[in-house]
Amino acid sequence: MNLMEHLPALIIAIPLITAFLTPLVDRASKKARNVLVFISLLITFILVVLLVQRVFDKGIITYVMGASNPTETIPKQAAVPIRIVLEIDGLSAFMLLISIFISFIGLIYSFAHIKEGGGRFYTLFLLMVVGMIGMELTGDLFNLFVFLEILSISSAALIAFEFKRATTIEAGIKYIIISSISALFVLFAVGLFYGEYDLLNMAAIANEIGGALSHIDKIALILLFSAFAMKAGIAPMHMWMPDAYGEAPGAISMVLIATTQASLYALLRVCFTIYNEALHVVFPIALILLGLASIFIGVTMALLQDDIKRLIAYAAVAEVGYIVLAIGAGLYGFLGGGDKFASLEMWKVALKGGIFHIFNDVLDIGLLFLVAGGIIYVTKERSLNKLGGLAHSMKYSSILFLIGLAAVAGLPPMNGFASKIIIYESIYGVSPILSIVAILASIVMLAIFVKIFHAIFTGPKLAEHGEVPKYMLASMIVLAGLIIFFGLFPDIVLKNLVNPAVNALMEYGKYISAVMG
Amino acid sequence: MNENGDRMSIIVQTIASILFPLALIFSFYVIMHGHLTPGGGFQGGAIGASAVALLIVAFGAKYVEGKMEEENLSIFESLGGLVFVIVSILGFFLAATFLTNFLVGEPLFGIIPAWGEAPLNSGGVLPILNLAVGMKVIGGLASVVLILAIASKEGEK
Repeated sequence: MNLMEHLPALIIAIPLITAFLTPLVDRASKKARNVLVFISLLITFILVVLLVQRVFDKGIITYVMGASNPTETIPKQAAVPIRIVLEIDGLSAFMLLISIFISFIGLIYSFAHIKEGGGRFYTLFLLMVVGMIGMELTGDLFNLFVFLEILSISSAALIAFEFKRATTIEAGIKYIIISSISALFVLFAVGLFYGEYDLLNMAAIANEIGGALSHIDKIALILLFSAFAMKAGIAPMHMWMPDAYGEAPGAISMVLIATTQASLYALLRVCFTIYNEALHVVFPIALILLGLASIFIGVTMALLQDDIKRLIAYAAVAEVGYIVLAIGAGLYGFLGGGDKFASLEMWKVALKGGIFHIFNDVLDIGLLFLVAGGIIYVTKERSLNKLGGLAHSMKYSSILFLIGLAAVAGLPPMNGFASKIIIYESIYGVSPILSIVAILASIVMLAIFVKIFHAIFTGPKLAEHGEVPKYMLASMIVLAGLIIFFGLFPDIVLKNLVNPAVNALMEYGKYISAVMG
Repeated sequence: MNENGDRMSIIVQTIASILFPLALIFSFYVIMHGHLTPGGGFQGGAIGASAVALLIVAFGAKYVEGKMEEENLSIFESLGGLVFVIVSILGFFLAATFLTNFLVGEPLFGIIPAWGEAPLNSGGVLPILNLAVGMKVIGGLASVVLILAIASKEGEK
């Protein structure tokens, strides 16, 4: 038995088995439980790195559950893939790496502030990780729905985990309603596909669609598009994000960003792989407009907030807008829209910027959320009007916050600059107005964050506080280090991680032939 | 509510205590025949949880919580999940891939007739997986019903 062949299944199985072990170990010892969760996520992290390495070496990897051979995608008795197939290409590998890294950082951070009910917290946390990485591993549309449900239910419970205020419950309920609606949309679309083609495998469905859309395909496209856009928090469907991000415990706010990006991944999969060139050009235009709306709403609403976490949450809405804007522009060129834009192949650059910004978004906003969580943990205060003078006692946190805000605003030595400059340059080809709005929004974002930095950290000392706990500090420093590293050497990430992801998006034929043979 | 707190009359209590084991047996029957007849782990588990709901209606949530603590139900649920994942992982240690039906062809569970009525001990690992799902659903659903019943009683006060 070659263990390397079973990596995709192990990556799902190890956190899952630990999730069920956690409540049992929790009764024996709290410390053993923390060690167990830490080790299991560490092992999963290592396995993901091995898998990503393998994908970059060998190309697309498939794994068939329950078959006599892990790569036997189409059984001998049938002409179509009927088993659950896990399929990992460059894009899945990129997303997997982000998800597991952010979960791992979030876990270390949570050791500092989860005191009561840890057994339940870590069970839910691991299930959330399973749902997230499962969505990125699977090549089966129904399986995607199942992992989406696992993700939704566990994250709704985690958002409402520290129920000290009524608004926390409200945020959890809002999230579960949005999730149920989008999950039902996805299920309906899966049902339509199954009725039409008798297939659930994404590659097989893409093969059947093959460039010509029936009416049922169009209905399924609208359902999938709106469901995943809703879960990814794109503009008119963003209203759950400030609540959920704002009320969730410190570490969860950051991991939630990675979970919304898993939905964004599903959206990309639907657009680029299942429908690919059969997509009407109105969809990329819709994505561009929704991205602009996200940026505009996120930035303007962030101006009005006085709750520190809600403010960062609105900034997160704007950051999602940048990703969607760039990906929309990329898809626009991919479908041949905008003659000059398509012929110059600027759309590939736009796509690169969008994919790169996925990583940068979760690092930047994640760091800000972690610092904000630390401030709330130490001072028990979340209103900007009542905070002040914290730089006297929290030196490290204030420096880290400064790094985070520079990165979100896209200032040069940080990673935010590296991806935003690519986005500004490339979307100029679609329309100069897009670049102008994007740059202006970044400037407003800088103004907002300078304002809240001033409100929280500068001024006279109001009360005596210590620095944040060392687990929190350690996880923040790792993120800040990566932000500066990616800002100084963006080529390393672009070449090794982003380019394979972009190529995987464009070469949908390979994704299909990896299953269909 | 009568003088017995939230308990119902002696007639209901007696009938409930007679029906409870019968409902559990039926639940077990549906779970174990999951691979042969309609139903399976989830459906059988829901029947088992409804047996617990019957006890809650007849005896009151406080009494049932004293008899079967919510924590024990959670452990039962976790065990169900563990069994499922372990059996799936055994699939690639003993046979080919994750979730492979490695008991097919073995004498105890693996007899699969070519056509027609199958005996109970067919289906390989399916009955074990059904049992695991059943444990998970009984544990999960029963603790949800129990917690809701206790919470709504506390809300009335």
